[in-house]
Amino acid sequence: MKIMVCPLNGPRPVSEFAYGGEVRPSPDPDTCSDTQWSDYVFNRSGSPGEKYEWWCHIASGFWFVVLRDTLRDVVLGTFPAEAARQGLPPAAGASAAPPDVPHGPGVPDGAS
Amino acid sequence: MMYRLDSPAGEWIDVSAPLRFTFEGREYQGYSGDTISSALAAAGVPFMARSFKYHRPRGILSFADHDSNTLFQVDGMPNVRGDVTWLRDGMRVTAVNTFGGLRHDKARVLDRFAPLLPVGFYYKAFHSKRLFPRWERMFRALTGLGRVTLGAAREATPKRYGFCDVLVIGGGPSGLSAALAAAQAGAQVALADESPRFTGNGAPPTLLRAVQDSPRIALFPATVAAGYYADHWVALAEAGRMTKMRARAVVFATGVIEQPAVFRNNDLPGVMLASGAARLLARHGVAPGRRPVIVAANLEAYQACLDLHARGITPAAIVDLRAEPDNDAAVSACRALGVNLLTSSAPFEAIRGADGRVAGLTVARLEPSGQPDARSLRHLECDAILMSVGWAAAAQLLLQAGGTTRFSEELQQFVPSVLPAGIFAAGRLNGVYDTESRAVDGRRAGSQAAAHAGFGAPSAEAVARSLRCPSHRFPIIDHPRAKNFVDFDEDLQVKDLENAAQEGFDSSELLKRYSTVGMGPSQGKHSNMNALRILARYRGVGVEALGLTTARPMYHPVPMKLLAGRSFYPERRTPIDAQHAALGAVWMPAGNWRRPEYYHVSGESRSQSIEAEVHAVRNAVGLIDVGTLGKIEVHGPDAGQFLDRAYAGRYSDLKVGMTRYGLMLDESGVIIDDGVIARVQENLFYFTTTTGGSATVFRELQRWNALWGLDCALVNVTGHRAAFNFAGPSSREILQSLTDVDLRDEAFPYLAVREGSVAGSPARLLRVGFVGELGYEIHVAAGRGAEVWQALYAAGSRKGLRPFGVEAQRVLRLEKGHLIVGQDTDGLTDPYEANAQWAVAMKKPYFVGQRSLRILQARGPRQKLVGIEVAPGAPLPKECHLVIENGAIAGRVTSVTHSRALNKSIGLAMLSPDLAQAGRDIRIRGENGEMLAAKVAPAPFYDPKNLRQKAGSGA
Repeated sequence: MKIMVCPLNGPRPVSEFAYGGEVRPSPDPDTCSDTQWSDYVFNRSGSPGEKYEWWCHIASGFWFVVLRDTLRDVVLGTFPAEAARQGLPPAAGASAAPPDVPHGPGVPDGAS
Repeated sequence: MMYRLDSPAGEWIDVSAPLRFTFEGREYQGYSGDTISSALAAAGVPFMARSFKYHRPRGILSFADHDSNTLFQVDGMPNVRGDVTWLRDGMRVTAVNTFGGLRHDKARVLDRFAPLLPVGFYYKAFHSKRLFPRWERMFRALTGLGRVTLGAAREATPKRYGFCDVLVIGGGPSGLSAALAAAQAGAQVALADESPRFTGNGAPPTLLRAVQDSPRIALFPATVAAGYYADHWVALAEAGRMTKMRARAVVFATGVIEQPAVFRNNDLPGVMLASGAARLLARHGVAPGRRPVIVAANLEAYQACLDLHARGITPAAIVDLRAEPDNDAAVSACRALGVNLLTSSAPFEAIRGADGRVAGLTVARLEPSGQPDARSLRHLECDAILMSVGWAAAAQLLLQAGGTTRFSEELQQFVPSVLPAGIFAAGRLNGVYDTESRAVDGRRAGSQAAAHAGFGAPSAEAVARSLRCPSHRFPIIDHPRAKNFVDFDEDLQVKDLENAAQEGFDSSELLKRYSTVGMGPSQGKHSNMNALRILARYRGVGVEALGLTTARPMYHPVPMKLLAGRSFYPERRTPIDAQHAALGAVWMPAGNWRRPEYYHVSGESRSQSIEAEVHAVRNAVGLIDVGTLGKIEVHGPDAGQFLDRAYAGRYSDLKVGMTRYGLMLDESGVIIDDGVIARVQENLFYFTTTTGGSATVFRELQRWNALWGLDCALVNVTGHRAAFNFAGPSSREILQSLTDVDLRDEAFPYLAVREGSVAGSPARLLRVGFVGELGYEIHVAAGRGAEVWQALYAAGSRKGLRPFGVEAQRVLRLEKGHLIVGQDTDGLTDPYEANAQWAVAMKKPYFVGQRSLRILQARGPRQKLVGIEVAPGAPLPKECHLVIENGAIAGRVTSVTHSRALNKSIGLAMLSPDLAQAGRDIRIRGENGEMLAAKVAPAPFYDPKNLRQKAGSGA
């Protein structure tokens, strides 16, 4: 089971958390067109990459924002919920190269 | 003939402790230290099982619990793993998957039909929907392994959580070195090894002892690491327990799995992997055969020959697939022993003897192309064939952990290429073969893992991969009459895989699914590598181009009992639960709660009881426990504004002491919840949610609150408070005798909220009208609930009170035409469709769902919730019965009941708008397709002007 690091409660099993969907700023309901609004309400981007997501630590009722690379399922950072209102730094979108390390017993590939 | 060798009998065998057991009804003897398979092999019973599909004779293959040949039914327990299950005195062992016993299995005839059962046979033959049930019955009878004993005693197996800094999987030279290095760096280490005894698998005894003596290393012997889950969580399946081990870093020292050569009849009893034969010999003192032939393609084959010779067994021949054996002392030693060495030769066909055991091997010269020359055959007599042609990385867990592999042409083996953080690989899995190098590589991995977990500095010690290729690049011999098996679980031959590829299933993933290669109980441990080689040859590409498939966890069979949990269904009970039970409550589930559906009274039927409960509410007084409703407080100067945004109605202008219906929408304008919102104080609102929605509504409100940043805070008091609805014409009079709150209409009008005491307990009273009578919701602290309920019950029972359940409440509210969110609405219902626009304040600056409602308002409703009356005498339709107009679906019934008060059948229906005028005739398709007449009727049906719930003091 995954471990999620809650900014309030520290590392906890992910089963203690509820996922609340991607953080998506709403268009201004008073000025946007019906089409823009419908797009906001109904359409989600399923493409993997770095995304801001709502997560809630259920037992403590604590909502926070997680920046997660959904391709690699790696949490890159957490933010207080207010940040969703005040504005979050732009996410990278498409997934970056994995930070995994090349592995070998000390000899270059093919040299053995 | 006995195959047990004289002294020494084997490292694990205690000859002073003989054990008697039966196999297929015959009695045999083994010793303490035998497993089921070794005892049978020692007793000269190589034929132990029938194969899954063709029911061919099978025996020991890996003797490492990696294949599924040696599964047995033992004392009623199915699929006992014979290679690793200790023999016990008195064991009754039978074969699995036979019809009439092992020898005379009636299904053995299937082997003759093999040509009629091509690859993909199921998909090709059994797609007829009509005939499928017949085939299904037939296959269910034919397939399957052991038989489940339905009467078996329930066995509770413990599960536990383990924690360590470094988990090492595999207890060979590299695993032991890794564990020791990590422990020496200061890490807490867990070491899991699947072998039934923890013997180090060839590691130096000093290393084994150092590991056993280390206080920082927890040993998990006889334990299969069966699955890797996120963040280094590994399922450790022990003999009678599951440990869910959380590690900071994991070292995979899982080694390699020996691979069979593929040739005709390579599945006969007596044909086994050389490593399995070595284990039989060393641990149990069992000769794999008296006159074996070794099929060779690596140095290990020659070492096996020397080991056998040391125990007095001289192989009949070594058949080497290669033109030139390794330049090594072991090869020279074999030559010196005078063992018949046939190079550039291949096993062409194993010959079956009278007793089922292999009796000979036909050998063909290999042409330079690698194909056998069928004209140059020679026959060798033998009683066993030991295969030593190559290895495959046991990379299943490594792949599950997100590691990637590449195919090393030099080693003919997949080796790790990129590993995720905290994952390390060592030993033969890593392509490092000789014992000293494995220890060095283990130390390197163990120290790196410890450093990852925060202990010590990572070692930079480097070791080169093996220079000798331990695996043949194509140990697969074609035969015109096939039966050269690639997958022993699924009885797949070379041609099956080629045919599958020819039919277009020519990627490793597709080939696996279509042919089922690697999908049997052994999960491809012996078949995946050879299947890839066959596919690579067919496509004319390298193995690298195909890639490994990732085995799902659990990659090795795990007994169900280790996975099964305790039956645990959490159920919430209100503080009045005991009182309900005493009153004869018949329970129904409501969300997580149990609630009284109705109260059974002796001598009454269910419907009579429900009718009587309804009657009491309409004519005297009733009492219902509504403590399951979500109950939330919102405190703070911005509380009203918060509710204005979260709910469709307006609450910031609500007067202190008043309540207002609350309708909650989602962003698409769909109704998701409702309740009553009371302003108790200027800065304190108290409100209810539906029973089922309370947890999710509260969570969503918390999110809005976090996002909006208003000056208010939410408290969920659902479990803190008991609540009842005390309703009926006599409710005011009775309640007044128990409370200090002035209940007169002018002091406590309809929809007001008051605080005071009821039966001596502080209470909040809400005057509500859900059931359509004068009534009060009484909210008290949960701890006082039972006491207040009893007081109300006692005071009311002198005046005709009946407690009423959920069913009576549904009748009562339906008579009033009140909707229930989730029953009369669904995931598409907006307030206009539900006639709830009166609860929406569109003029507010913002609320959740408002922008969508503007669109929906302009569009107009696509359906309308209306009241219906079923024609007198017609049977009662059911909820979800369809309304049919001109042969098409025009709506559905959402609620329906018979009202005794009105003497007619009434309901709510969601109809297309053109049918939704009062008086319109509609037709409902009933239970058996009959059409029932009904008409649209105005709701509320009962007391349409709502006079009763608003009744003043004089009413």
